Amino acid sequence: MNNQNKFNPVALNIAVIGGGVVGCAVARKLALSGAKVTLLEKAPDILDGASKGNSAILHTGFDAPPNSLEWQCVQEGHSEYLKIHQELNLPLMKTGAMVAAWTAEEESRLSDVLEKGLANGVADLQLLDRAQILKKEPHLSPDVRAAIYIPREYVIDPWSAPLAYLLQAINNGGRALFNAEVTGGTFDGLHWQLRTGQGLVQARYVINCAGLYGDLVDQAVLGSSKFTIKPRKGQFVVYDKAARSLINSIILPVPSKRTKGIVLFPTIFGNMMVGPTAEEQDGRDDASVDNKTLDMLARKGLAMLPELRDMPVTATYAGIRPATERPEYRIVEDPDRHWITLGGIRSTGLTAALGIANHVHKLLEEQGATFTPLEDPVVTPVPNLAEHLPRDYSKPGYGEIVCHCEMVTLREIQAALTGQLPAGSLSGLKRRTRATMGRCQGFFCSARLAELTQDTFIEPLGLEKKDA
Amino acid sequence: MHNILDCTACDVAIIGSGPTGIAAALTLKKAGISDIVIIDRETEAGGIPRHCGHPPFGLLEHKKIMTGPAYARYNIKKAKAAGLFLSLKTTVTRLEKGGSISFITPDGAGQLRAKRVLLATGTRETPRSARFVSGDRALGICNTGALQSMIYLKNLRPFQSPLVVGSEVVSLSALWTCKKAGITPVAILEENKKTTVNWPLNLAPRYFGVPLFLQTKIVAIHGNGRVEAVQTVDASGRIREHICDGVLFTGCFTPESSLARLSHLAMAPGTGAPLVDNTGRCSDPVYYAAGNVIFSPVKVAGRCWQNGCNVGRAICRDLRK
Repeated sequence: MNNQNKFNPVALNIAVIGGGVVGCAVARKLALSGAKVTLLEKAPDILDGASKGNSAILHTGFDAPPNSLEWQCVQEGHSEYLKIHQELNLPLMKTGAMVAAWTAEEESRLSDVLEKGLANGVADLQLLDRAQILKKEPHLSPDVRAAIYIPREYVIDPWSAPLAYLLQAINNGGRALFNAEVTGGTFDGLHWQLRTGQGLVQARYVINCAGLYGDLVDQAVLGSSKFTIKPRKGQFVVYDKAARSLINSIILPVPSKRTKGIVLFPTIFGNMMVGPTAEEQDGRDDASVDNKTLDMLARKGLAMLPELRDMPVTATYAGIRPATERPEYRIVEDPDRHWITLGGIRSTGLTAALGIANHVHKLLEEQGATFTPLEDPVVTPVPNLAEHLPRDYSKPGYGEIVCHCEMVTLREIQAALTGQLPAGSLSGLKRRTRATMGRCQGFFCSARLAELTQDTFIEPLGLEKKDA
Repeated sequence: MHNILDCTACDVAIIGSGPTGIAAALTLKKAGISDIVIIDRETEAGGIPRHCGHPPFGLLEHKKIMTGPAYARYNIKKAKAAGLFLSLKTTVTRLEKGGSISFITPDGAGQLRAKRVLLATGTRETPRSARFVSGDRALGICNTGALQSMIYLKNLRPFQSPLVVGSEVVSLSALWTCKKAGITPVAILEENKKTTVNWPLNLAPRYFGVPLFLQTKIVAIHGNGRVEAVQTVDASGRIREHICDGVLFTGCFTPESSLARLSHLAMAPGTGAPLVDNTGRCSDPVYYAAGNVIFSPVKVAGRCWQNGCNVGRAICRDLRK
């Protein structure tokens, strides 16, 4: 064991289980508050579960359950993101969103949406008629009837944000252990000894942010769980960058009880997407796509945006939401055992994570933890991947363009493979650089990428060289 | 001139150094137009033939049979012997009205104004995603382009026993590549009643020892991490499970036309190619397109070479007007 792994009983050691967006944000907040944070992730890299696939929207909370913890965390997360995004070099695309009604029945429900939004303190909502909608969104089908415009719903980078959070935690005394699945543990009244894939880890407090596996971690360590994860899959279709100019804002449907419904939205990477579905399933890691659903999404997209007809599809994927048997966030405290579980955090998690982190900090203080916030925390900006801001290729000395579709440079790939939080898997490298995520999906760059990453990952892109 | 960053204007800018681009450049040069810049984003010139490590290339245009890489080298040698300027690692980022093109290189960005611009950006295969194929997004799923560049350029294999989808000319090329690299496909799938190329793919089972399944398509790809199996269904509804460690999607070509698509140029509806007249001229008369970026279905290198020559002549006539 190296020095870093030595347990310091004086410091406030806190273990965060799970390297999704919630775990990364919690790790950041607690590290900045002066705790010695250890993030434990069972995969070889962060964002391997629910946080791998979401709609990348920074929500205002206009449609959250009023006065709920979710609403509070979303609002706090929204304003916190606006506060820190510049110093962390995290992008923000001020698109706005509209809840669009396509039928008379949907139109009749817009007043409820408006009322709820106003009750939720989102005061800048605007009711738009068809002409006003088409002025903002000239490519939208004229079948649209009316909409509520939400100016402060924005688009962000869903992978760089958590990366920046964890990187800042690491730069402020924290650490991250990968391939470190938590399989059990003992509590002596003051400290936890967690059994992990990387050996024993000691901590005064444990925050379970294991997302899709949150209930299983509680069962493995505490013996039982207060909720059950009901995985809910969402499939997406990503259109070519040429489709980006077809919409300006996020086009939301009038929501039903169960889900926000199928959304048309621009991505920070310069694409346009349709999704997600909401499919209950048993598998916690079954992110498979299916032909019929993808066809349905394409048809829905086409109905709202007729010019999608000639637009090529770049990618398809599915994300899995860690839903539970109830709709609300499941924040479960066990103060006697110094344990907090953050469960049931679904699509609002990307926005809410920073607010949830503040909430956890407060709960820990209530449990008796004392923090001495860092006076001058280290700020660590991350590389920009947003299409509307200068990318690495615009600066000379990049070596070569490895991925032409997404314009990923050799310099970017080398940086992502080294440093404090290097990519631990191919998908981790893709999320850090966008390599192979473009329209050709690796037709041109797989070989070079395989060469550059040979001997780097457990699952390589290229099998070992053939013997001569 | 040795650096494109020093170049602010030229007679003809050719984007792409594959057979089409080189043929057009040589034709123009022969006709007395010498201020030509050939731009390619790759680190090596020659285009797709560079990673098709098997014959027959060159029969039609050079009267000799070569492997793809030898053919690519031969073309580039001819271009260099003719004194043509080739700028590699140069990515065109924007086409503007009137022939102004923006580009980036590892040494910096630039812009040049060409009297005529030829788009010879070629084609690529449709990836799994755009085909809406069901199942897991596992490792080991790729196109022939990725397979061949991995094998011929990097000596790496993406899989050991893949399922092959498609029966076009390129599928045959893929099977040859597999055979040469010691990769043993488990089956070839074709959705239609007949293979797309009749001979010798219908003999594939005998030639390559690989069973061919007609009127068969993928139900789902399975694999946690790497591909583990593929379920298929045939016309009679029979479901089969193929144990494999990869899926090779061959053919189903689509023009590599994103530069045109993101520009002011009109696109030909339903093809993904820039709209051209019978001389290869685009909606902005300064722009031309030739070769596989406009061909549907895709054509072999020799036909692209021929088209490059024809469009080269058209540009020449146009410039002389």
